[in-house]
Amino acid sequence: MTSWEPVIGIEVHVELSTRSKMFCGCAVSFGDEPNTHVCPVCLGLPGALPVPNRQAIEWIMAIGLALNCEVTERSVFHRKNYFYADLPKNYQISQFDIPVCHDGYLDVVVGGETRRVGIERAHMEEDTGKSTHVGVGGRIHAAEATLLDFNRSGVPLVEIVSNPDIRSAAQARAYAQELRTLVAELGVSDARLEEGSIRFDANVSVRPQGETEYGTKVEIKNMNSFRSLERAVAHEIERQVAVLEAGGEIVQETRHWDEEAGVTHSMRTKEGSSDYRYFTEPDLVPMHMDDEWVGAVRATLPELPAARRSRYVEMGLDPDQAGVMSDAHAGVRAIFADAVAAGSPPRAAANWLTGEVTGWLRRTETDPEDLSLSGAHLAELVAMVDDGTVSASAAKEVLEGVLGGEGPPRRVAADRDLIQISDTAELESAVETALQEHPEAVANFQAGEKKAIGFLVGQVMRATQGKADPKLVNDLLTEKLSH
Amino acid sequence: MSELPGDLHDLTIVAAGAALRSGETTAVELLDAVLDRAHRTEAQLHAYLTLDRVGAREAAETADVELAAGSDRGPLHGIPIALKDNMCTRGVETTAASQILAGYVPPYDATVVTRLRRAGAVLVGKTNLDEFAMGSSTENSAYGPSFNPWDISRVPGGSSGGSAAAVAVGSALGALGSDTGGSIRQPASLSGVVGLKPTYGTVSRYGLIAFASSLDQIGPLSRSVADAALTLEAIWGHDPLDATSYAGVYPDPTADLDEGVQGLRIGVVSEFAGEGYEPAVEEKMAAILDDLSGSGAEIVEVSLPTVDIALSAYYLVAPAEASSNLARFDGIRYGLRLEGATTEELMARTRAEGFGPEVTRRILLGTYALSAGYYDAFYGQAQRVRAALRDEFEAAYQKVDVLVSPTSPTVAFPAGEKVDDPLSMYLTDICTNPLNLVGHPGISVPVGVDDQKLPIGFQVMAPALGERMMFRVAAEVERLAEFSARPLLEEVAG
Amino acid sequence: MPVEIDIAHVARLARLDLSEEELEGYKSQLGAILDHAAKVQSLQGDPEVEASHPLRFENAYRPDETRPSLDRDEVLAQAPETRDGYFVAPPAMELE
Repeated sequence: MTSWEPVIGIEVHVELSTRSKMFCGCAVSFGDEPNTHVCPVCLGLPGALPVPNRQAIEWIMAIGLALNCEVTERSVFHRKNYFYADLPKNYQISQFDIPVCHDGYLDVVVGGETRRVGIERAHMEEDTGKSTHVGVGGRIHAAEATLLDFNRSGVPLVEIVSNPDIRSAAQARAYAQELRTLVAELGVSDARLEEGSIRFDANVSVRPQGETEYGTKVEIKNMNSFRSLERAVAHEIERQVAVLEAGGEIVQETRHWDEEAGVTHSMRTKEGSSDYRYFTEPDLVPMHMDDEWVGAVRATLPELPAARRSRYVEMGLDPDQAGVMSDAHAGVRAIFADAVAAGSPPRAAANWLTGEVTGWLRRTETDPEDLSLSGAHLAELVAMVDDGTVSASAAKEVLEGVLGGEGPPRRVAADRDLIQISDTAELESAVETALQEHPEAVANFQAGEKKAIGFLVGQVMRATQGKADPKLVNDLLTEKLSH
Repeated sequence: MSELPGDLHDLTIVAAGAALRSGETTAVELLDAVLDRAHRTEAQLHAYLTLDRVGAREAAETADVELAAGSDRGPLHGIPIALKDNMCTRGVETTAASQILAGYVPPYDATVVTRLRRAGAVLVGKTNLDEFAMGSSTENSAYGPSFNPWDISRVPGGSSGGSAAAVAVGSALGALGSDTGGSIRQPASLSGVVGLKPTYGTVSRYGLIAFASSLDQIGPLSRSVADAALTLEAIWGHDPLDATSYAGVYPDPTADLDEGVQGLRIGVVSEFAGEGYEPAVEEKMAAILDDLSGSGAEIVEVSLPTVDIALSAYYLVAPAEASSNLARFDGIRYGLRLEGATTEELMARTRAEGFGPEVTRRILLGTYALSAGYYDAFYGQAQRVRAALRDEFEAAYQKVDVLVSPTSPTVAFPAGEKVDDPLSMYLTDICTNPLNLVGHPGISVPVGVDDQKLPIGFQVMAPALGERMMFRVAAEVERLAEFSARPLLEEVAG
Repeated sequence: MPVEIDIAHVARLARLDLSEEELEGYKSQLGAILDHAAKVQSLQGDPEVEASHPLRFENAYRPDETRPSLDRDEVLAQAPETRDGYFVAPPAMELE
């Protein structure tokens, strides 16, 4: 029985959230009436010329740097020539063999394991218009006409191609999610799969375990969620293995993921592989990304997830917690930072935020944006537990009060009468009373049943309406019982 | 100096400008004179595809009001100018002389059009050309050929033949053309007018219907070298809408017009002579060189060996870029449409019907030159030839100030003579196309006629941004040539 | 002629629906032109090819600012067929 190794590469298209399009001044805007954001350039009218958007170039450099890529010093645009109704010039301005960024990597954590996925390249191109097929059933085969909207034509697109370093559907999903988070955090794209501002295609092949040569790869398209990406890749791996084990061959082709049926369909094209007749775009001049420019872009990068995770680990969080905290909403992370700055031990603050606070957000369906918890308050709460002002369980109630806008922790604790009795003198009498009222427990304890002390602690807690500091009660009882 | 209204069409832009400012004429009068010339000559010349009488009249009236109020927009204010019909004019049909754009009305003005309007020019209409500027005779127009006012059985040259004929005969005082392999200079030479291709990148291509992006440039055709310099100044300059537009300092083309050639070194390109060059052309060439020498210039022989394969490179680069530039004509968003069951069918039928044979030929050639397996040997190699050619020209300019040659090996040839022999047609561009490949400026100055009264043109070439020197020598050539012959048609039309 | 030209393939790539005779005619014309164009092979030396622009520009950009788009009516007025603000084309052939 052959053991098969899946070999997967992911191609990502990211729509940049610039104000204007890649080669013209039309607004980048979605959901508007068709053909209301077009001009001679993005409509492919005779005589029109492209001029590149400088912001888009800086953003692809940022993406590349965030992916540990080399930024090419001198890069050019190429024309990719093919005819299609949604491609107004019947060529796409893209990049062929000298992309802006190349040879980087992205570390992806899956099941506690870190996998480094190589990034072959990131290049700049323009998006096409949108075709809507109308006709019976709205499906492509039965279309009677194509409706064309060029609002999207010319929107800046960054294509990121990974090396075939991914080895499972789960890794593929993790890679896609990590890349999506990165791009969103850089602020260069909305990166919403459902909206199409980030799109994934997977290249999947399998080979016998231990084999170094690659198998025939199949391109999978039309995965509109991270879940469907994982399902599609998993299905395709199974399909290929089944074909090979039955003695068949894998056809190099593009397949379309059908989410409902849970299978991929072949999209066989009429012609063989396309001849794009690439040549350097003569309407544009070369781009020179010198060290100074690259340095300036690098300086604008925010802290990236991997660096943040490391920093959290250095602060004392354990790796899993660091991961969860790093992926948390920026507002939550800000509270964490403030709490630590106000003196809270990092772990404790992280515990509260990833635990109780997150749970509360979910339960009350509150947006993290609307959290009314300050770092200082969180630090205060942590300190209150630490110094025994409130018990751990009471603290949860206090937190609820703070999150509900009742005020700072100390006030909430007082208002809700949650402050622990930590005064030894006050507790002494309650302890004495418990000892006197339950001589059998005392006797049991002295006979060797150490757990009897728990009963006595319980009695003191009841007598003080739960406000006694249980640890202190335990200490007092232990001391008295030792005589 | 009073001009009779009947002679107004004969004025240079400089003279017309003086007459406007002295009150001897008005912009409306100039326009009427030019339209009258068109009326009398169009049946034979077919220089125009569209005459915008209404728009032109409005512009002329506005110009008169402004000039009278002391608001002077400069040398082109009130001057009737014609535009080759591959430059987009908003609201006015623009066809590139192709069926595929029949009835197409652009929703925007080309930058050069905007600048001409800002300069107060009166835009008379759109002139005929070889379809998509592909040709050297204006016989490839889908709307019928243009003819040469010096002999209406002959071609005016191409592809800017309509503009050249109009200026030659006076149905415009100046015109714009486009030059990709010689398409301004060659028709200027064949039609006895001045025509120039500026340094690549100095005149915006935004709104010029593209033929070959790395070769195309817009330039003026006019009656005099000074007119050409003034027109160039009005249209050139950086354009943020054209990424290939030069953003540095521009020379002053008029600065040295009266300087003469004393002490200058003039290089004669030895490859532009010999077999295929008509005797009259070579004789006139030699005569002008003698005169230049007499004016104090040093005449030097310069060899540019790579020029021998320049035309070959041109016929790979130009069609390749054209094949891509013309892909947008597909019947979907504008222009001609033939129906089809699928988009592919619609596009293929539309394009086969909408493009003429020369355009089809070049699209096929270009597609082939770029296709897988052939790119490196053809397009890639042609780019190497360009680089080598540029190195050669730049080396030559270390030793000379300008280079000169005949503009064309021949004078105007009979209509129909070369139509069925593409290669022989292409060879008429042999002296002009190298400048497109290297991006340098060149001007053609009419210097005489042969014994059939057909004009001969003299080409002055300069390094990139060397327009000041180029115009200096061209002005001297013009003075020496004393070209005063008039086209035959003019005599007939009266 | 250096190579055999698959003229039908080239015409398909260029979306030109030409007849057999037309194709044959173009094929021989192309052959003649290419023989002439093949002279580029005779170039001696290996010059460095930068971009073709004689003034050797680089870095021409525009700022990320919006400019007014075209009026849709003016745009659609030139279109052969429209529907509800869309351009209309027949279905594409690409899929099975």
